[in-house]
Amino acid sequence: MKRKISRKLLLALLVLAGVALIFAGCARDEQEIAIGVAGAHSGDLASYGIPSVNAAQLVVDMWNENGGVMGRQVRLIVEDDVCQPEVAVNTAAKLVGDGVVGVIGHICSGATRAALGTYVDSEIPVISPSSTSPSLTQDGQHPNFFRTIASDDAQARLQVDFVINELGLSRVAVLHDQGDYGRGLAEFARDFINEESGIDVVMFDGVTPGAVDYSAVINRVAQSNAEVVIYGGYHPEASRLVGQMRDRGMETLFVSGDGVMDDTFIRVAGAAAEGVYATSPMDTSTNPVAVNAAERHRARYGDEPGAFFLNAYAATQALLNAINVAESTAYADVTAALRNSTVETPLGPISFDERGDATGVGFSMYQVQNGSYVELGN
Amino acid sequence: MNYFTEVVLSGLTRGSIYALIALGYTMVYGIIELINFAHGEIYMIGAFTALILASVLTIFGFNTIAILFLASIIAIVYSAMYGYTMEKVAYKPIRNSQRLSALISAIGMSMFLQNYVRIAQTSDFLPFPRIIPRFPWLSALPISMSSAQFMIFASTAVVMVLLTFLIKFTKIGKSMRAASQDKVMAKLLGVNVNKVISVTFIIGSATAALGGILISSYTGQINFYIGFLAGIKAFVAAVLGGIGSIPGAVLGSFVLGLTESLGAGYISSDYEDVFAFIILAVILIVKPAGILGKGQIEKV
Amino acid sequence: MTQRLHELRRSLLVSLWFMLLTFPIMVIRVNTITGTIRWRWSNLALIGIGSFVISVVWRYAMQRKTGEVRATGVFAQVGARVGAGAEKVRTVLDSPKVRVRLVSGLLAAAVAYPFLTSMYHTNIMITALTYVVLGLGLNIIIGLGGMLHIGYAAFYAIGAYSYALLNMYFGINFWLALPIGAALAGLFSLLIGLPTLRLRGDYLAIVTLAFAEITRLVLQNWQQVTGGAAGIPNIPRPQLFGMTMRLHQTTTFVYFIMLAVVILTIFVVHRLENSRIGRQWVAMKEDYIACQAMGVSIAKAKLTALGIGAVWGGLVGVIFAARTTFINPASFTVWESVIILSTVVLGGMGSIPGVFVGALVLMLLPEYLRPFAQYRMLIFGALLVTMMVFRPGGFIKKRRKAYTITEAEKQSVIEAGAEADEDTEE
Repeated sequence: MKRKISRKLLLALLVLAGVALIFAGCARDEQEIAIGVAGAHSGDLASYGIPSVNAAQLVVDMWNENGGVMGRQVRLIVEDDVCQPEVAVNTAAKLVGDGVVGVIGHICSGATRAALGTYVDSEIPVISPSSTSPSLTQDGQHPNFFRTIASDDAQARLQVDFVINELGLSRVAVLHDQGDYGRGLAEFARDFINEESGIDVVMFDGVTPGAVDYSAVINRVAQSNAEVVIYGGYHPEASRLVGQMRDRGMETLFVSGDGVMDDTFIRVAGAAAEGVYATSPMDTSTNPVAVNAAERHRARYGDEPGAFFLNAYAATQALLNAINVAESTAYADVTAALRNSTVETPLGPISFDERGDATGVGFSMYQVQNGSYVELGN
Repeated sequence: MNYFTEVVLSGLTRGSIYALIALGYTMVYGIIELINFAHGEIYMIGAFTALILASVLTIFGFNTIAILFLASIIAIVYSAMYGYTMEKVAYKPIRNSQRLSALISAIGMSMFLQNYVRIAQTSDFLPFPRIIPRFPWLSALPISMSSAQFMIFASTAVVMVLLTFLIKFTKIGKSMRAASQDKVMAKLLGVNVNKVISVTFIIGSATAALGGILISSYTGQINFYIGFLAGIKAFVAAVLGGIGSIPGAVLGSFVLGLTESLGAGYISSDYEDVFAFIILAVILIVKPAGILGKGQIEKV
Repeated sequence: MTQRLHELRRSLLVSLWFMLLTFPIMVIRVNTITGTIRWRWSNLALIGIGSFVISVVWRYAMQRKTGEVRATGVFAQVGARVGAGAEKVRTVLDSPKVRVRLVSGLLAAAVAYPFLTSMYHTNIMITALTYVVLGLGLNIIIGLGGMLHIGYAAFYAIGAYSYALLNMYFGINFWLALPIGAALAGLFSLLIGLPTLRLRGDYLAIVTLAFAEITRLVLQNWQQVTGGAAGIPNIPRPQLFGMTMRLHQTTTFVYFIMLAVVILTIFVVHRLENSRIGRQWVAMKEDYIACQAMGVSIAKAKLTALGIGAVWGGLVGVIFAARTTFINPASFTVWESVIILSTVVLGGMGSIPGVFVGALVLMLLPEYLRPFAQYRMLIFGALLVTMMVFRPGGFIKKRRKAYTITEAEKQSVIEAGAEADEDTEE
């Protein structure tokens, strides 16, 4: 009895599965244009994701007040991915199901990469304000991907050039935190140094985030007689590395990336932070569009805009502008418009190249001087 | 000072850091055979409480020495209170259930305490003041050692000696040993087992808090997650040395610290944790009860 | 009455204790930059009232559990009714006819699910079903074999990476990778199992944790082969006879693959439980010396449990990789193993419906509790503790097959015994 039933069920299951594959999804036709915003909106990394939501909301409100895009109102659909790849897949599915015509996000490179598969198949353009992993644009797999932030190899390039030309040093220790972002940055730096003559990587190694003690690594840096450390990673480990080096009386210079360009770093590292170099996106906060955007943020939310706010603002502007120029929400039209039109944003006038990287955005070198980061003039 | 001595010294530093946490771990295990996953969280709460108190006292204008002592002592007392409460809430009611229930309860407690601190305070990293003053006579030594390192070494030694003394020679220590061997028999002989277990948690938590304060002032920063990572390593160290044994915990910690440090110093710090786990696996395969652990007696 | 007053006084003391205990962390918030302190007194009141209420409920529940207090009034009625209801449900469930109907109803609902809901819900359900299989796999090791394993995520990782890597280097497709991934995970589990046969209890637990961490760290640092921390992108989705499918069709397809795997797992685990080897595992779990005395090879029993348990982790690992199209080592941390372990213990160790319910609850609740995202892990932790204190057997307790001796049988045994006595007397 039981066996018979399960066999029947299996058959029914197979038939239904077949039916499922025959049915094709029908696109929803809506008056409103739906835009997705995805990223970490809760959890530890929420402070990186929330500003993007605010930025997108401000831009959308601006367009809606002026009559919308192509005469249609724009609606935001906000979804949280907590920066985890496996959650990001669900988030992407939700947004696709909700019928968005474009997505601002995701925030973390890993989550973006996981979600992109879904968006590519569904032909939805994605503009990330903060995913800096080079392969996202360079591996040629994601024709729908754009970003309003420069990729990590540009940071590494700037760091290496700075060490050679401005500091004039030749013995470099390259360290990283074994993570996606940190290791990627460090490997680019190592490869760029190896291409140059007269400068050597004397040590390349990773530290374990959260370990109780870094003196073993510091010993090796001291042993290698490195004149400068290039570090790829975030500020908690960076402040401990710098702190332990200064405790030992080492005067090795410390150059890092935007993961360290955070006021928490200066607070935690204290006096040891003084003189540390970090690359970070160019300061465009004096740009009139940026000033205006920040003012509207203060008026609406009552505080200063946070990380990647201007990048997300630019991304939303670029997307809505592209739809407006193309006079269509179709994938081919929008992506073509993104590549071919230039838009005025808080980051300056930008457009996108064939790979999806924004032209006209780049990095600057900063240094901690008297307890705050100062952009070094060119 | 040559490179090898430096590597060994940093291994010993690591070892004594692990030992400070592992001592409490191994003590609790010795009595009720519970992997107290939340031990690392007590360590974190100790450090956090000390930081909060130190900041408050600084704002109230106390002098440095007063801050150092008041903040540390209150934080240690508080952690002991947390340990006591934790045992009453999460472990006592299930003492007679299967072992796995207690382990899951401990994991739940660990998650709860982490997020409790994250929500009530912050998820950001906070600077931890370097509360240990500089000892000028340290520079006279032939090796370069910071005062924080010295304090960690000294505390590990003192705590180990005190605990061994406590367990070997005092009345409560004898009750502990009795309770760990056979709870029913101990009860019959007039040992208040509940009290013994409470005292064990109080002492274990107090050592964890002491560790939290010293280690945080060495690393200079804390957040809500430091307890979990340090706790796992300390647990590995305790098992390595033979869990339940006080000298074993210290020995295991030094073996672990030295392995990691030598591995990182001569091969690659990428694989530092891999070396730690490999030495653990190798030692347990050779000696299934750890270096100083006694083989389990089969009760049929 | 005095009893009640006494109880209330104790709860009051408890609440005072917690107010004192949580004071520094809940009330004081120092801003070190501006050098100001915010005293959050409202939190103190919250803790006071909250811990008072919880303490009253806690103590009452505790007394119910130990049987000191019988419920009276409304509670008793409700309790009796629930109890009777549960009993009724049990007896009804025991009837094979109802069972078949129930199972077919569930299956029909499961099959219809992706057509009735959106792709998002289907996706979430795939995640939940993934954990059902992971839970059932780990259940073989823990619930049946009695070996404390906190490194199950390693097998999940091995499954995922075997598909990703085999596909990247040799172009092996999803269907072929499915058995290969499962086999590799099983093989790896045996490899770990062999040297650690002598270890028991917590020592085994920590070694499994160690091997899981080693696996993850190697995947993370062996850049040249595994892509390192950046992971492996663009893993192809499962194909069906080379048909090109749109995304939501693929999702539905994966859902059905997952459903089939769940059914297969339940079927296999159920058969295993009642097989010779399954009985050996349970015997080994209960008393391994007696088990050895009965001629069971402990080594063989342990290794089979480890191997067969790990296979499921590898299997769903392959599906996981195919579904997300991107994997990195960060998905396979200690926490992942702990979560899988929690689904097993919360649901009910050793019980198939228990693990099933446990996995669904643990995976679906957080997804729908998004508004409480801040407090998600806090609630989860508290839930684990309360569950263990009040219902250590899990949601659905494992029911052993038991043979009840009837009066008649008892009588006949006694008579037989008496006859035997008489025989010896002669």
